[in-house]
Amino acid sequence: MKRSELISRILITVAIIGAVGTPLFVWARTPLIHARVAENGGWNPDTIKANIGEPLHLKLTSDDVVHGFAVGQMDMQSVDIMPGEVTDVTLKFDKPGIYTFFCTRWCGLNHWRMRGAIEVSGSSADPQLASVPIYVTLGLDIDAPHDAPVTPGNPPSPINGQQFMTNLQIDRSVDAYRTHSPYQIFDELKNSSLTEPQRWDVVAYIWKSNTTKESLTNGQQLFSKNCAACHGENGAGNGVFADKVAAGFGKGMSSANNGHPADFTDAKHMLGASPALLQGKILRGGMGTGMPMWGSIFTEEQIWDLIAYLYSFQFEYNK
Amino acid sequence: MNRIELTRIPFIKNALKSRYPQLAVFIVMLAGYIFAILAGLIGTPVGSRNFSIVFVWIAWWAILILVAVPFLGRGWCAVCPIPLPGEWLQRGAVLSPPDKKPKWLNLRLPKFLRNIWLQNISFLLLALFSSVLLTTPNITGIVLAAMLFAAIGLSTVFERRSFCRYLCPVGGFIGLYSQTAPIELRIKDKQVCVSCEGKPCYNGSQAGYGCPWDVFPGGLTKNTYCGLCMECLRTCPHDNIVINLRPFSADLVKPSTRMDEAFKAFIMLGSAMIYAGVLLGPWGMFKDAAYNVGTSLWFIYAIIFLAIIFIFLPGVFTLGILKTKSALPLKQRFASFATALIPLGLMFWVAFSLSFVLTNASYILASLSDPLGLGWNLFGTENTTWQPMLTSILAPAQTLALVGGLIWSARTAQKIANEIRTSSIPAITFCFIATLIMLWLLL
Repeated sequence: MKRSELISRILITVAIIGAVGTPLFVWARTPLIHARVAENGGWNPDTIKANIGEPLHLKLTSDDVVHGFAVGQMDMQSVDIMPGEVTDVTLKFDKPGIYTFFCTRWCGLNHWRMRGAIEVSGSSADPQLASVPIYVTLGLDIDAPHDAPVTPGNPPSPINGQQFMTNLQIDRSVDAYRTHSPYQIFDELKNSSLTEPQRWDVVAYIWKSNTTKESLTNGQQLFSKNCAACHGENGAGNGVFADKVAAGFGKGMSSANNGHPADFTDAKHMLGASPALLQGKILRGGMGTGMPMWGSIFTEEQIWDLIAYLYSFQFEYNK
Repeated sequence: MNRIELTRIPFIKNALKSRYPQLAVFIVMLAGYIFAILAGLIGTPVGSRNFSIVFVWIAWWAILILVAVPFLGRGWCAVCPIPLPGEWLQRGAVLSPPDKKPKWLNLRLPKFLRNIWLQNISFLLLALFSSVLLTTPNITGIVLAAMLFAAIGLSTVFERRSFCRYLCPVGGFIGLYSQTAPIELRIKDKQVCVSCEGKPCYNGSQAGYGCPWDVFPGGLTKNTYCGLCMECLRTCPHDNIVINLRPFSADLVKPSTRMDEAFKAFIMLGSAMIYAGVLLGPWGMFKDAAYNVGTSLWFIYAIIFLAIIFIFLPGVFTLGILKTKSALPLKQRFASFATALIPLGLMFWVAFSLSFVLTNASYILASLSDPLGLGWNLFGTENTTWQPMLTSILAPAQTLALVGGLIWSARTAQKIANEIRTSSIPAITFCFIATLIMLWLLL
């Protein structure tokens, strides 16, 4: 074989091996976490391993639309993941356990299903056990109907309610607030001398005294970001995905609203629900409905903030 | 007509005769092609960020249709990497002189396939799936790989570059439009070829390979099937092969008589019009139909697509020339006047391509910095935001291309009419109406 022929063949072989090998090599050494709408698989991989105290570097990319990334129960700013681009995130965990990472953008109807797990191993100097939710302690059936038999004609006013409090023997503690529905307190006041609207005003006052402005603001932000897509910005259960959720879950699924997202402006529905019951629903999610479980994402404090905000659709906290 | 013999310039002649510059380009092109396949298969599925989509369907297409075909004819075929592995395998060598005994089956393609109907079909197949092909990286990767392997397969069974000559979906229209290009490979003196013994330009010699495109250079009258591979320049013992600079569309003076070529002109003209409506138009339903391959809506789209190309456009064209007085039979008049559609078709494609190339060219910078979508920023352009370019000149440039194409086709039709002694009015009217429709679709 002539020398020129030999050199040509070597060059061609090197070029082909280089063109095949280089991309494969760098691709294999750059593990990406791919985000796709849930219908097309969600996160891939959806399980990531990490060790306590060691930084976890993640490279995130979207294969379709804009997604977001955040880790539940962790103090972090969510980041956007743009289609075809790579977003770098570094996390550090100081407690062992299974953390949930999730999409923070309304990427599609099943956006809520875009979740994955970060398994953090190692031992912590300060192990903290999760507290048992109140609905479990109380043995509440959170799927049972809980409508209030009576509702106020006008939105109750906590400012009016405050003036009736002085002569009332009523438990105003946090525990009492969390374990009772507004209707239950209203009902307990039936032997007082107050009229029905006045009793509702007292209930509103108790609810207001168990929340703060910061809590409501935080709850509103959480609601806008995570809940409004289905429940609507105004809480009326008419978010942008509401009809599609109903179409997907309304048929043959057990759901109080025939598959529609809960309407927080419905007095019967909301005034019959205790904070404990709402906590249970948020923690666990609505089995067989489009309502996801938030227990692994929201902290306990965030859930109480959210619940406080949900009642603002019933009580005029500003009046 | 005046021609300037480029191969008189020693630098050009030596650069073309030597195998090494060409080999260097081949190696780079082949590596790039393989990289594009891999980028399509393993890179991001987001088309606008994937090297295979951005470099093949935006960068390469822009170079091909806006520069290479109009100015260099089959210039792309001269450096195309697709046939190379098959050709090297077929020859059993990269540079060495060919063996006397063929290494593979070396069959001749059956006569009924030795036309461009297969290319018409392969182009239409890609055209019908183009909405998905042009936007889905892994489909692009698979199609690019399939073409490479098809070329290898055909090279082991059939002689010469059967893939390029008879199957390549791109090669068909490049050949058609290369007739308009101001460059040609021709012979100096026909008598030299007639008396040449052994015809090494066609049969090969120690100096090089027989024409890979199955063309006898001595008989070349148009660019359509000459791939500008330069083998004949190397093998001609009489220095009788030249590369000329010539007037645009010099080949169209002699109209085609072949139906496969005539229909190619309609396929290209019709496809450009349909693409302009479907891909660039405001009708969402058409886009949905074109994109949802396999659905009943897509089948309707496919039927309409094919009906426009094979029935409607040729039908209207035939009705136009039906009553013209001519000694030639209708079929021959049809084929001859279809030649007049070639400049118009090319300009339709130029105008259509300007739209999406200028709109999407900014993706090239981002893709160049991060070709595999792994978060690289090789040239600092990874975060280049999408920005349509030269928007102010788009509409005037498209109008110029379309009106220029119409005038060019009208002139061609007149020349053809003189050649075959009949009226050019029906063909010019057809071109005029088609141009009006295209103007409406694009502007």
